[in-house]
Order: sequence, then C-alpha cells, then structure tokens
Amino acid sequence: MAERLINNMKFSFDGRSVNEGFARSTVALFAAQADPSIGVISDIKTVVSEAVTNAIVHGYAGRENRAECPIYISCKLTESGKIIIKIKDKGKGISDIKTAMQPLFTTDEGGERSGMGFTVMESFTDKIKVLSKPNKGTTVVMEKRLKLR
Amino acid sequence: MEIKAEKNNEVTVAFVKGEIDHHNARIARERLDEIIATDTPICFGLDLSGVTFCDSSGLGLVMGRMRKCQTLGCNMVVKNPSDAATKILEIAGMDKILRIERGI
Repeated sequence: MAERLINNMKFSFDGRSVNEGFARSTVALFAAQADPSIGVISDIKTVVSEAVTNAIVHGYAGRENRAECPIYISCKLTESGKIIIKIKDKGKGISDIKTAMQPLFTTDEGGERSGMGFTVMESFTDKIKVLSKPNKGTTVVMEKRLKLR
Repeated sequence: MEIKAEKNNEVTVAFVKGEIDHHNARIARERLDEIIATDTPICFGLDLSGVTFCDSSGLGLVMGRMRKCQTLGCNMVVKNPSDAATKILEIAGMDKILRIERGI
C-alpha cells in the first residue's frame, strides 16, 4: 500500500550550473518542515546537488541553449517521516546505468570530475532508483528518512 | 566562494571559504591554479575549514590540485577540513590518500 503523503511540491528550472545552489537550498527548505537534524539536511543538499549536476554536465552535455534544458524536481513528505525526491531531465540519457553508478566511473577526460556522484547519492540516502532511456532523459528517485520513528 | 592565499617562504596556504559545487569549483580551480603557478611553493596547503558545503565536485577539485602539485614536485596538504568537506573526503576514501592536517 502506498504511504500517506502529508505534503508535496514541484518546481522546474533551466539546466544552468548557477541553479545548483538554488535547487539544493529549495529542497532543503522543504525538508526542514519535518524538523530533521542538520546532518540530514546537509545530506539532502548534497544528493540534490549531485543529481542536478549530473543532469547539467552529462544529461545536457554539449547543449548551447540552456533555456531548452529543463530540470524538474518533485518532493513528497510521507506520514512516516520520509522524503521522496525525484529529479528528472530530458537529456541524452544513460545507456548503461550499472556502469555509470560504479565508483570513480566518469566520462570526463579532463580529470576534474571525481566519478563519485552516484556513490555519494547511494551513501547519503536510504534508497535510490535511476531510470533512463537514451535520448529521452534520466530520472533519479531518492528516499531518505528525515526523523527516527 | 572566497579564496585567499598566504605565502611564507616556500609554503603557500590557500583558504577556501563558502560552498564548493560544480558551479563554484570552476572558479576555485582557476584561482587555485593561479596561486600555485605564481607562488611555485614546495608545500601547498589547501585549508578547507571555511567550506560550508561540498559535493563530489569538491572531490574533483581536490584530486585535480593534488595531481597538479604532484607534476610540479610540490607536496599538497589538506588542512582543517570542515565537517562538510570531511564527510565527502571519507566517502571517497580520500582521507587515506591525502595528507590531512588538523588543528595546525
């Protein structure tokens, strides 16, 4: 049975790097209603930043017109004290999700990307699901308990 | 994001203050590389005590500077990483690779 929701929100923005801070702060403010610890808020900020950065850097790689690179975020708070965060792009997608999620895997040859984005997302959340289709986009769904029951 | 550097003979310490994400990492990279190129230190300290947020872009930034220092024959030391920086460095196991100094 689906969990009862006590609140939800949605927003979207251009896939520009300047919006990374905006996205993580907005989700953190929404999560703050459930009164989680500072550590949990910090984890949420980090995972949102990772997923949004992936969309900007990889999903929309090589796209000049960033007004046509939308990123959609939706968040739900459940009665049991969980947050479910969905981050979606309409970019080029990931052909091999399993490989992309390996620690240190990166397509960046410049050596400035650590390849640890998905590892951080997995470590800082309770559950993560990645759905992707080449040339259709990628959706990352993450769940995290905000409060001990 | 604010970066300032202090040079003392052959030791330069750069103090990074603020949030390190992919957006800010680009600016930080340019500034840090400029400091390393100008000062040509034997030991380069990267002080992360003022880092209030750090995601894996911060890891890339630290790893990139470590490689840069290695090619220049300079020792890099991460100094006083904040809680935000420490957590990310530990997840990546970089606390075992890097020289990290606290309280100095």
